[in-house]
Amino acid sequence: MKEPTIQIESLSTGYRGKNNVTVVAHDINATIRGGELTCLLGPNGAGKSTLLRTLSAFLPPVSGNITIMGRNLNDYSDKELAKTIGVVLTEKTDLRNMSVEDLIGLGRSPYTGFWGTLHEDDRRVVAEAIEMVGIGPLKDRMIQTLSDGERQKVMIAKALAQQTPVIFLDEPTAFLDFPSKVEIMQLLHTLSRTTGKTIFLSTHDLELALQIADTIWLMDKEKGVMIGTPESLASDGSLNSFFSQRGIEFNIHKVDGSLCIIPKLAH
Amino acid sequence: MKRSVIINMLVITTLILVLFLLNVALGSVSIPTRAAWNILWGVPDQDPIWTNIILKSRVPQTLVAIVAGAGLAISGLHMQTVFRNPLAGPSVLGICSGASLGVAFVVLLSGSIGGVALSRLGFAGDIALTVGAIAGALAVMALIVYVSQRVKGNVTLLIIGVMIGYVANAIIGVLKYFSVEEDIRAYVVWGLGSFSRVSGNQMSLFVTMMCILLPLSFLLTKTLNLLLLGDAYARNLGLNIKRARLLVISYSGILVAVVTAYCGPINFLGLAVPHLCRAVFRTSDHRILTPACVLMGALFALACSLIARMPGIEGALPVNSVTALVGAPVVISVLFRRRKEDTAE
Repeated sequence: MKEPTIQIESLSTGYRGKNNVTVVAHDINATIRGGELTCLLGPNGAGKSTLLRTLSAFLPPVSGNITIMGRNLNDYSDKELAKTIGVVLTEKTDLRNMSVEDLIGLGRSPYTGFWGTLHEDDRRVVAEAIEMVGIGPLKDRMIQTLSDGERQKVMIAKALAQQTPVIFLDEPTAFLDFPSKVEIMQLLHTLSRTTGKTIFLSTHDLELALQIADTIWLMDKEKGVMIGTPESLASDGSLNSFFSQRGIEFNIHKVDGSLCIIPKLAH
Repeated sequence: MKRSVIINMLVITTLILVLFLLNVALGSVSIPTRAAWNILWGVPDQDPIWTNIILKSRVPQTLVAIVAGAGLAISGLHMQTVFRNPLAGPSVLGICSGASLGVAFVVLLSGSIGGVALSRLGFAGDIALTVGAIAGALAVMALIVYVSQRVKGNVTLLIIGVMIGYVANAIIGVLKYFSVEEDIRAYVVWGLGSFSRVSGNQMSLFVTMMCILLPLSFLLTKTLNLLLLGDAYARNLGLNIKRARLLVISYSGILVAVVTAYCGPINFLGLAVPHLCRAVFRTSDHRILTPACVLMGALFALACSLIARMPGIEGALPVNSVTALVGAPVVISVLFRRRKEDTAE
């Protein structure tokens, strides 16, 4: 059994205003394990991003506890957090005139000194990250010349260079074409196996997630969070009930060992 | 550092030296180059009038241009990075307008309330102007820093800055309306910008201040590089965004305040030079851009100062007109060339 690296106890996420608190998700209890790829699925507005922002300590929890690597998230300093959690976001950076290698080098910032100069060790880590993600040929290219898929790989390499045990990705495949989506998801799956890192991502690519993820989180405004392996969620009917709420029914088949989801269309 | 970077820096440094000499040698009073050279090196027994012109007027003016250009370029670079907006510059956040407001108060009110036209006060008037400009600029800067700690979005902050600028300009308009013509003229002249307004002790003070302030910009290198990634990524890499904004805005605000106090509001330079540097050095890395902006800003200001005092021009053209007239075509052509190369890749 893989070790749980993140423990979430009766967590409510949301935003604090001046006089009121807007709660987005109630009472989440879960664990996320290292060496696994966990995918967070849910409709828009279910609170996926809010949850990710809360887990990354960008946003304080409304109530409840998050424990990462055995320590409460509140007890981490900014510096320690930067060495514990790496993030990859949906939005493109508007960065220009910076080489891929330099950008990945910025991932070393939590470790570098006052001037941000990379030393021998840092360069080795950057080279390893480039190697792991398989973007060697791109390393001298300028960021603005890359495709969206390549750019996302660079950001993943940046997170790897950060050498954090945990990586959170907020819809990393959102703007990519289908082959690139598959490529990124497979890359993340492989990374979770080879590095033992805890990789947790939100996505809308249901089928892909069901086939590649080790654990699926289904998030919904009313029902909260349902967690399980893709198979268990399919067989206990959670997947079906999750989608049928929106008036669309699905047939879930198992073809050659992978799950297939086919919407029942009216003819 | 790459070889091309070092070569570019050396070329710019050489050009600065050449322009420095030209600035000293050329002017509305023609002095033979040989004599100018000798005076510069302190060779004794030179024409006292020429010595006076060169040491009391041209050299100070050239030094002022160098440090002012460098300061404005650095402040523009910082503003563009912290707001992640290519149109940001020293003048957008209302800091320049704040300085203008301070000066307007001093110039326009001294006439109406004190009953003395400041333009007749001479030296004391100069100091009053400087103090007014610094006070105005710092007041607006403090306001912006206060807002920056409370507002999340960069665009919101930028818009608030621009709004504060409009308010300042509106107040200036009202002040002008109630002022005597003589004072308005003094204010307008200040607003044209000039590297030659400062002289003597004030010049030494200004250059010393800038020589202390400019190297401090290197301390913000890592912070600025992280800010390039956007707030979320920067924060994830351990940067305290609020503190970073506070430091960057205060630092470049103080630079602008000091330069504007001594040279008047010079608009174009701070916006253009960082773009020029990015295009020439093809990088966003502040470890290269910071020294590049110092050098390029100095070079740009020297070129403008030279053109403003070309022989044949009586007196001096306003620096503000020259910077934009000469600078805009240069910047546009460089950006165009780079764009073509980018698409050709």
